[in-house]
Amino acid sequence: MPGDLKEGRIVIVGASLAGLRAAEALREEGFTGSLTVVGDEPHPPYDRPPLSKQVLLGQATADTTGLPMRRDPNADWRLGVRATGVDLLAKQVLLEDGESLPYDRLLIATGTRARPWPNPEEASLDGVFTLRTREDAGGLAERLAAGPERVLVIGAGFTGSEIASACRERGLEVTVAERGPAPLVGALGGTLSKLAAVMHRNHGVDLRTGVTVTALRGNGSFTGAELSDGTRVDADVCVVALGAVRNVEWLAESGLAAGPRGIACDAGCRAFNMYGIVTDDVFVAGDVSRFPHPLFDYQMLSLEHWGNAVEQAEVAAHNMVNPGPLQRPHLAVPSFWSTQFGLNIKSVGVPTYSDHVVIAQGSLEARRLAVVYGYKGRVTAAVTVDMAKSLDYYKHLIETAAPFPPPPGAQDRAIAADVAIPSDVPDPSGLSHGPTVALTGYLPDRRLTLVQPG
Amino acid sequence: MASDTLLARISDYANRPDPYPLYAELREAGPAVRQADGSYLIGTYHEIVALLHDPRMSADARSRTAPAPYEVTRQPSFLRLDDPEHHRLRNSAMRPFGPPHSPGRVDSMRGEIVQLTKELAEVFQEGRQIDVVDDFAYPLPVTVICRLLGIPDKDEQLFQDWTDTLVASADIGPEGDTAERDQAAGQAEQEMGQYLVQLAEQRRGRPTGDMLSDLVNETDPAVRLSEENLAVNTILLFIAGHETTVNLIANGVLTLLRRPDQLDRLREDPGLLPQAVEELLRYEPPVHMRERVPLVDIDVAGTTIPAGTSVILALASGSRDPMRFSEPDRFDPTRPDNQHVGFGSGIHLCFGAPLARIEAEAALGALLPHLGTARLVQDPPPYRQNAMLRGPRHLPIQL
Repeated sequence: MPGDLKEGRIVIVGASLAGLRAAEALREEGFTGSLTVVGDEPHPPYDRPPLSKQVLLGQATADTTGLPMRRDPNADWRLGVRATGVDLLAKQVLLEDGESLPYDRLLIATGTRARPWPNPEEASLDGVFTLRTREDAGGLAERLAAGPERVLVIGAGFTGSEIASACRERGLEVTVAERGPAPLVGALGGTLSKLAAVMHRNHGVDLRTGVTVTALRGNGSFTGAELSDGTRVDADVCVVALGAVRNVEWLAESGLAAGPRGIACDAGCRAFNMYGIVTDDVFVAGDVSRFPHPLFDYQMLSLEHWGNAVEQAEVAAHNMVNPGPLQRPHLAVPSFWSTQFGLNIKSVGVPTYSDHVVIAQGSLEARRLAVVYGYKGRVTAAVTVDMAKSLDYYKHLIETAAPFPPPPGAQDRAIAADVAIPSDVPDPSGLSHGPTVALTGYLPDRRLTLVQPG
Repeated sequence: MASDTLLARISDYANRPDPYPLYAELREAGPAVRQADGSYLIGTYHEIVALLHDPRMSADARSRTAPAPYEVTRQPSFLRLDDPEHHRLRNSAMRPFGPPHSPGRVDSMRGEIVQLTKELAEVFQEGRQIDVVDDFAYPLPVTVICRLLGIPDKDEQLFQDWTDTLVASADIGPEGDTAERDQAAGQAEQEMGQYLVQLAEQRRGRPTGDMLSDLVNETDPAVRLSEENLAVNTILLFIAGHETTVNLIANGVLTLLRRPDQLDRLREDPGLLPQAVEELLRYEPPVHMRERVPLVDIDVAGTTIPAGTSVILALASGSRDPMRFSEPDRFDPTRPDNQHVGFGSGIHLCFGAPLARIEAEAALGALLPHLGTARLVQDPPPYRQNAMLRGPRHLPIQL
């Protein structure tokens, strides 16, 4: 009976943005049953975008980024406790303290964590940081405020670039080591990565591209790093910004389709089990999910975007308390933003899902432009730099599968607007730093065998 | 009646008190309706929003190739320029006004604005008859914009006369010879511009904390305004900075007095005011129409509009489109998902929106306690001539 869906027990694992928004939405949708939110961090939900921006700049402290609640979700918050597994048959979430939480419906929103430096001994040197949590940001901000001689940032994705930008704004010397040919190349492709490289260098960043860091050095405290080109960087702070790892290990024995690329779910946020059969009572939302998107040929998208966490959480919550025919698909066009080196970068669609790009408006020289991405003759993404108000137009082109390149005649039109050049995006299987868009997503790292029961 | 004369009928003064049935007729007639004068009228929400965001649509009247209703000879303000010039000038004007360079400017005026509204509301004494426009809705935003820009109170009347002349010339309407009107506007603009430039010059090196001081003392040569641009764009800031707010406040009082149930609701819960202001911007917006010109032939829901044609976006119609808003003709301060186009959208999204919101909230907040027993003396009240910037000329009420 449909009415029953508004009652019963719902457990949400993950107490960050997606978990909170889902909890709020469940109540807005009329859920009156018991609601439990489990989070491994001791804090109530907080916002992460300011951690790599305002917090590092000293404009806000890490403990002031708590997420405002749109309404009290009237939930039982189980914070500071880790979920260790799910028993799909018994419908229970297992916690590390030995307790098990029975559920009628479960939402998994465990997100991602920072990809750690692979050598644990080097990673534990004092002065080596990752940036994902409030503690990370607080510790790093403190170190930056103390005025280090030089900061080494490993990885020039969005997080790495924002950290480098914040360091320069604070007047700190910074070296960025990026294994790709330019910053942001993994997310935005070749054209805009050229602008990103210019911005780094114009702002005094010592940018090293095409190199990897082979070792971190120090005796208790970090003192420098060795690079693959044989050079050495002396620095007293190191930030490892190599992207994120999805928090799925706790589901290894659950029988859900959970792997390094995330937990696969259908368009309605319902999780698949490991045989690709959709579950009725387990839902997924946020960074940890992989979902099929019709605008991108139903390939499984993994997004580490703030907006995706919010929108997917709302769809998941709706579908958890409404019967099949009233359920909604998660179709939001992906979008994200970044601010670095005084630039406002906004993206809509999936830039890596492209074969060609054009600079539709503005120019690289003006540092104000709109780049439109196309795949097989249709518009699939757009990125604006300091031109955010134009983004809705391009979003509409993506939503309506408009032909690529976009029609001529725009004001402030670039000379290059008709010249489609290869988008120069990397193979997503090689991506290591986010915000990750892994379209194919499948990693054949675990061979499954169908076990016949009994 | 023929839909190709809708624009003529909308701009006909006789229909000023209630253009909304004409907007309904417009939406019925299709998304893009060709007018007898060759222009197109757009009244549906989704098409309006798409065109406001479309970089192929020019805001520059000089992009017109079709016969223009009036000759454009003067240098346009950024309101009627395209990128990149638009962006450069808007950005220069924005620096002393809003984020990121002056994040606190508007909000820091809130206390002063609330104080002003209290002082002005003192004439609202039981038993008196007052004119909401002359006694309240007009003086408030004029005083605020004068203080913001740094114009001395004593010169307000000068500015009022210049403004009236300029606004009259900015109206749309197929009426005949506008030469006299345009000449008067040219002269008003020149005098007003000269005045503002001279005022700013006095503050070069001697800033007095206002926007004119900031503009003239801008140290970055890349964003500093030339004398001509300083004149044209501060005129825009002055006019746009109060002209519309007067109508917003007067329309607000009129709407609430016509709906005592909603008035009571707001009197009981003034916390609803911010939402009520948004609903007013949807339901009775001060700006009814904006003109755009396609730079290339453009397709609007199956109709090809040739490059250079005048396209009138009926924003007030879009905000009452039943395809977008449920029960659009109902005034509902608790309406969810109220994405009206009262401030436009896209790159020309109203520059002064944050200030307008504060002023309207403060104004209605100060008036609410006095409106419970008030009644309209004249309904509909006499309206101003302008069809694009629509609002009552007077709003007499009995307290």
